[in-house]
Parts: sequence; C-alpha cells; structure tokens
Amino acid sequence: MKRLFPQPLFSLCLWLIWLLLNNSAAPGQALLGILLAVTIPLFTVRFWPNRPRLRRPWRLASYLAVLLWDITIANLVVARLILGPMHRLRPGFITLPLDLCNDSAIVVLTNTISLTPGTVSADLSIDRRSLLLHVLDVDDEAQLIAHIKYRYERPLQEIFEC
Amino acid sequence: MLKTAVTFAFICIAVALLLNFFRLVRGPSMPDRILALDTMYINTTALLVLFGVYLNLTVFFEAALLIALMGFVGTVALCKYLLRGDIIE
Amino acid sequence: MLELLTSFFLIVGGLFALIGSIGMARFPELFMRLHGPTKATTLGVGGILIASMLHFSSREAGLSLHELLIAMFLMITAPVSAHLIARSMIHLRGGIDQIRKKSGEQAEQKET
Repeated sequence: MKRLFPQPLFSLCLWLIWLLLNNSAAPGQALLGILLAVTIPLFTVRFWPNRPRLRRPWRLASYLAVLLWDITIANLVVARLILGPMHRLRPGFITLPLDLCNDSAIVVLTNTISLTPGTVSADLSIDRRSLLLHVLDVDDEAQLIAHIKYRYERPLQEIFEC
Repeated sequence: MLKTAVTFAFICIAVALLLNFFRLVRGPSMPDRILALDTMYINTTALLVLFGVYLNLTVFFEAALLIALMGFVGTVALCKYLLRGDIIE
Repeated sequence: MLELLTSFFLIVGGLFALIGSIGMARFPELFMRLHGPTKATTLGVGGILIASMLHFSSREAGLSLHELLIAMFLMITAPVSAHLIARSMIHLRGGIDQIRKKSGEQAEQKET
C-alpha cells in the first residue's frame, strides 16, 4: 500500500482533478483516473526530496472555510477603499516575523495573506524568518501582526508539523 | 432576466478590459505593464466563460482554462526576466 | 429561482471584476495597484464561474463542476504572480531600504 501510494493526498487530488476535467463520474473515467493517480506519483516522487508532512489533514477543511469567508470580507473592504477617497489612505510596508519551519506552510501563509484584506506579500527574507508585507491602509501595525499570527499562522502550525 | 444579467456582466468586463488597456499603454514602469497584462488575462478568462453562458455552450471551458494557464506562465516568465535578466538558467 | 441566483452571481462577479480594474487604473503607486487585481478580480471571476456552474447544472443532465478547476487555479496563482511583480518592482528600485527612505522623504515634504 505504501509503495503503491507514496503520496496518498496527492493521488486523491489527481483523481479528483481528472474527474473534474472530464466533467463526468462515469465508471470508465473513474478507472482511468485511478490509473493516472497511481502512475503519476510513481514518476514524480523523486522531485520531492523533503515532502511536507500533514499532521492533521482534516484541519485543512476548516482552514479553507475560514479563508473563503475572509476572502469575501476582504473584497468588500478593498472595494470600499478603491471607490473611496484616495488621499486618506496610508499605505506602507510591514515586516512580519515568521515562526514556521516548513516551506509549504510558508507558501500557504503567503498566499493567504495576499488574498485577505488590504495586505499583499512582497518579499521573503533569505533566512525565511520574516516576510515583507505591503498594506493598503495601516492603522495599527502591532494589532495587524497579532491578528495574522492568531488567525492564520497558528492553525497552519497545527496542520503542518511545526 | 438571465439575458439582462449576462449583458450587464459583458459591459462590466469590457470596461474593465479598457481600463487594463489604459494601464498597459500608460503604466510608467515595466512591472505596471506586467500587472496590466496579467489582469487582462484573468478578465479574458471571465469573458470566455460568460460567452459560454450566453451561447449555452460548454466548448469554451477548455479555452478559458488554457488562457488562465498561459497568463500565469507568461507573468512568471516576464517577472523572472526582470529579476534575473534571464528566463531559463 | 435558480435563474435569479445565476443572475445575482453574474452581476456581483462583473461588478467586482470592474472594481478591481478601476483600482488598478486609479491608484497612484504600483504597490497599491497590486491590491485590486489580486483580490477583487479573483472574486469577480469566481462569481462568474459560480454562475456558469449553476447555469449548466440546471440545463443539462447531471452536475457541471469543471469551472471549479479554473476558480481553484486562479486562487492559487493570483497571489504568486502578485508576489513576483512586487519583488521585481523592489529589485528595480534598488532594494526595500531605498523605497522606505524615499516614501519617508515624501511624507516629510507633505507635512512641511
């Protein structure tokens, strides 16, 4: 079983993407999808020297639900800022210290930050210990950092082994 | 009802594309133009999906997916060129 | 009923795509312009894709979910391209310290 599915989650994603691409759940397509889901990871397993380990994969679902809700809110906030008066905005750069040790976790956090209200990630320091953010309207720097750490970084620390 | 909504969305996307084009022509620096092109790709994806709803055809799906893919690859290649002066190292 | 929901998502999607592009055309500086396309345009396209999903699911036999692929792909790639554009801009202006110094000078000029 371990040799047939070196990356079970990756195989599952491949199978779902194949079914979505064909837009059908017919038995033939499902079988062909299983064939692809078994063979593709066998060929690409060498590209992943240190694979991310998900300790609690089911937590990802609740994280995604929170993220989708926040994206909707973020859009309303940014829409108001875009249509409102320009001169009242206070744009600026913020440095966010990172406590994540895993590359995949950093990628997920960076994407999350870019999709949520008024923040875009701009640069990652070479030692992977801090992230540079651009904020559209800075109100309270410390509060924003605490918010990001509490809402996004802590669940990610639980999901990935950190 | 649906016809009106589709027409409204068409107008919105068309105006959005014109604004992107304005930024593409004007944009003072290179990254501005890359951003404008990237947004144009995303809006074109939306336009194709809308066209599929309008004509009641699903054949535009593959084209929309490919345009989204190509847009991302193009943006990454252009940014990499600006960052390193080379695309393939 | 379903038609009403489809129309709602179409209108919301179109409006958000437009707002994102307005933001890109209107903001005075590149780093601010990044905010429009990464957020508003993603939700705009997402709304139109949801509408398309509802429309084709009601018209033909069976569900039509393949638009989810485009939505997921855009949600993953939009932040990545924004990050790369920001990095290339920082690189072109000679590092983050230069940018911080310049914006500090501008703020002082505004006050005096």
